[in-house]
Amino acid sequence: MAHAYTPGLKVTEKAVITKTRRLPILGEVLVEKGQAVSPHTIVAKTDIPGNPQTVNVANVLGVDPEDIVDFMKKSEGDSVKKGELLAEYKSFFGLIRHHVESPTDGTIEMISSVTGQVTLREPPVPIEIDAYVDGIVEEVLPKEGVIVKTEGAFIQGIFGVGGEAQGVIRVAVDNPGDVLDASCIKEDDKGKILIGGSLVTADAIKKAGELGAKGIVVGGIIDTDLIDYLGFDIGVAITGHEDVPVTVIITEGFGKMKMADRTFGLLNELNGFKASINGATQIRAGVMRPEIIVPGYEAGVRSDLLDLTKGLVPGTPIRIIREPYFGILAEIVELPPELEVIESEARVRILRARLEDGTVVTVPRANVEMIEG
Amino acid sequence: MQEHTNAFEPDREINSVLATDCGSTTTKAILIEKVGDEYRLVVRGEAPTTVEAPFEDVTMGARNAIREIEELTGRKFLNDQGVITPTQPDGTGVDIYMSTSSAGGGLQMMVAGVVKTMTAESAARAALGAGAIVMDVISVDDGRKSHEKIQRIRHLRPDMILLSGGIDGGTITHVAEIGELISAAEPKPRLGIGYRLPIIYAGNKHARKHISNILGEKTDLRIVDNLRPVLEMELLGPAREEIHNLFMEHVMAQAPGYNKLMEWTPIPIMPTPGAVGACMQTASSEYDMSVIGVDAGGATTDVFSVFGEFFNRTVSANLGMSYSICNVLLEAGVSNILRWIPFSIEEGALRNRIRNKMIRPTTIPQTLDELIIEQAIAREALRLAFEHHKSLAVGLRGIHRQRTIGDTFEQSGSGETYIDMAELGMLIGSGGVLSHAPRRAQAAMMLLDAFQPESKTMLAVDSIFMMPQLGILASIHPKASMQVFDRDCLVKLGSSIAPVGPNGSVKFGEPCLKVTFDFEGETIEESVPFGSLKLVPIPENKTTEVVIHPARHFDVGRGYGHDLETTVNGGVVGVIIDCRGRPVALPEDVQERNLKLVEWFIAMNMYPEESLRKYAQI
Repeated sequence: MAHAYTPGLKVTEKAVITKTRRLPILGEVLVEKGQAVSPHTIVAKTDIPGNPQTVNVANVLGVDPEDIVDFMKKSEGDSVKKGELLAEYKSFFGLIRHHVESPTDGTIEMISSVTGQVTLREPPVPIEIDAYVDGIVEEVLPKEGVIVKTEGAFIQGIFGVGGEAQGVIRVAVDNPGDVLDASCIKEDDKGKILIGGSLVTADAIKKAGELGAKGIVVGGIIDTDLIDYLGFDIGVAITGHEDVPVTVIITEGFGKMKMADRTFGLLNELNGFKASINGATQIRAGVMRPEIIVPGYEAGVRSDLLDLTKGLVPGTPIRIIREPYFGILAEIVELPPELEVIESEARVRILRARLEDGTVVTVPRANVEMIEG
Repeated sequence: MQEHTNAFEPDREINSVLATDCGSTTTKAILIEKVGDEYRLVVRGEAPTTVEAPFEDVTMGARNAIREIEELTGRKFLNDQGVITPTQPDGTGVDIYMSTSSAGGGLQMMVAGVVKTMTAESAARAALGAGAIVMDVISVDDGRKSHEKIQRIRHLRPDMILLSGGIDGGTITHVAEIGELISAAEPKPRLGIGYRLPIIYAGNKHARKHISNILGEKTDLRIVDNLRPVLEMELLGPAREEIHNLFMEHVMAQAPGYNKLMEWTPIPIMPTPGAVGACMQTASSEYDMSVIGVDAGGATTDVFSVFGEFFNRTVSANLGMSYSICNVLLEAGVSNILRWIPFSIEEGALRNRIRNKMIRPTTIPQTLDELIIEQAIAREALRLAFEHHKSLAVGLRGIHRQRTIGDTFEQSGSGETYIDMAELGMLIGSGGVLSHAPRRAQAAMMLLDAFQPESKTMLAVDSIFMMPQLGILASIHPKASMQVFDRDCLVKLGSSIAPVGPNGSVKFGEPCLKVTFDFEGETIEESVPFGSLKLVPIPENKTTEVVIHPARHFDVGRGYGHDLETTVNGGVVGVIIDCRGRPVALPEDVQERNLKLVEWFIAMNMYPEESLRKYAQI
């Protein structure tokens, strides 16, 4: 393979970000190209056909399906109100009477003389899509939605739960190795996006939710704490639709994991800024990672950043993402071109990296990621 | 059907074939040529698939993979129009080009029928056999209320729906009811926001008019022969054919660049799993034995089986080794994974490790511990996928059948699985965890533990996953396909000999099997006690006559305690005498179990012995 390493997660103070905001079915776009939008600006809307409901009229009336038309009080296309008479059957001079009332407001869509069923369509359900971030409408996708463009800081996490949210960033710990526990959460954290260090505790997530915080960004989480928070286990890495009060984004992985200095440093600089976040994660072709976007952040000139566009080269800062050095940050020392046999006896492409304590170790290239700028 | 500009002439002699498989992450190309009288794999190339943004053109990845072949052979296969066919006088090009595809999520279907265990099950078999992922099976009796079914249909956005139900001449009410539910749900296709969803109707022919009335306008309705015209018969061919047609016309035509790719080849593009199934079927008929194949992928595990006339495929959509690895943990449970690990690891630490593999799926095990953990998870993923397969690979249900004394097998007519492990001739594994295991014995052991084949079974792995290309090749040139399959694709690990039993109280260490090998003029005798494994180094491409004498509580296919004389095949691992019992007897006590695992791993030469002895502290 051309790239035998995991492309890193973006952690950058200045990026051009585009977000496609698309309706699930065709509808109407409400904004124009070039228009400035804020996160809550409705950019497109549509009406999803209402829920259908079926009523087996033939069964209720006790008649053959092919006869129900004779007993219907309404026709296809008619509007009905909940409780309104749909069909009626009388015999023995009215002594035996069966009738069917509409279970909902709606329209009669189909009267089937094959099954004896009547299908009612509830009123359409309006769906609106907002802009999610502060930005400019870059492109209008006719009847489908828009592409919103913004500039600012952009940080990707590795895994998240919970959907889109907006809030003001507050760094709640002093160091990237600190644990974000309940004591770090303040009474005035309503609407905030809280930044932790190596771990968030179950109590802290609970308290943040109770106080109305919007998000938590942290290095790691214990697997069972996440399950407790969600109320169910995650089998497949598709998230973002969980009904949870606080969107949680982890930047490093599961377990107690110090947040990368670069990520923590940038989040510190963004303290007090308004951000849009999304926990949605999908790990497959077309990978989607959780994100923190701070539109409008003007980065100062940083001279300490390396040029990371060349891929893996000696000097590139990396994070090791598998045992036995999982979560450790390092710097590439050497990239031997030939395959080497590692402890598991696999012959793979490797690199040598210097850990923070100065030790040089051998790691498969597949097990590192760049901390991308 | 797509018009092919490059029409295939069946009588044309084929000396060279270029085939690609456009997978969801990698596009793999192989070049096959006739060398003397034999077709052989010449070279392979691969490149990242380019269906997703920013490229959004599948032919770029295909070109890159083929370009690698050009570089390795020093020959030219591509021009501006695509692959050069047929071979030109100057030596450029190949005689034929073909491709399979699972890019962009493959083929995703919903199926519906009247009775869950009858027409709906037949419809699911038709869809799976055509290479689809079945997102849901809707039936009148599936236990859900009408509005729940409607919500489900609305929520899913399949590529197409297969609707069946009723035998010809039977009542039309129930299939009409399902049709009305689909109509009410107004389902939308996954690709192409403004398109009508294709629906294949393969039910009671007398309901066609009504189905046309309710679905004809709203959807792209296709009508084919009933897949259960009578209760006793399943006719899946027409439905599968229409699925393939729609796959080409609708799904492929809307995937980026596929219109171009279709012009390169005279043969319709096949869904990758459908092609693998075709390869397995050809192999079964060529070797004249029952075959089970498994492809353990990152997201899904596919199982294929061919027993006599029965071919089945199942997809365990959420059992995989990376993207859906946490689902293996969820379904199997931690204790079932831990039972294959011969050292102690805290449950929480194991759970976190598995989650970290899910979120960083491209990483590989660096340490021996990590490798053993990954292979333990693989055993459970394979076991669960096989359980799933057995539940669907069944004879037709709903038939009253008179059993006679001659009915020796459980299959057919009763809804019982026809997978008979004692009848199984060959078990083929593919997918990274099996094909790329550092030692081949590890792949053999994963297959043995997960599938637990009985009696005598040949174990093999697919060396570089070229079964999709060989499957599509089999559709026009089975001989070429099978020659490459046998010589270049399969890595034969060796036969396993595994007795069923014990059928009474037998302790570990008591006699189980005595096997006498007559190998190249030399007689080798091996006595293996119950609870043990023995590896006999018979090399690849060698066969040997054996006489197997089971102890009275064990059966190798001739009845308990009865001898079996047969031929077994060697392999890169050797002949494996597996006397651990069926099902494999694992000690309950953790310490005892760990020692047993270490003993087995050492017997199989699976991992460095020094490290294994450390685990067991022996």
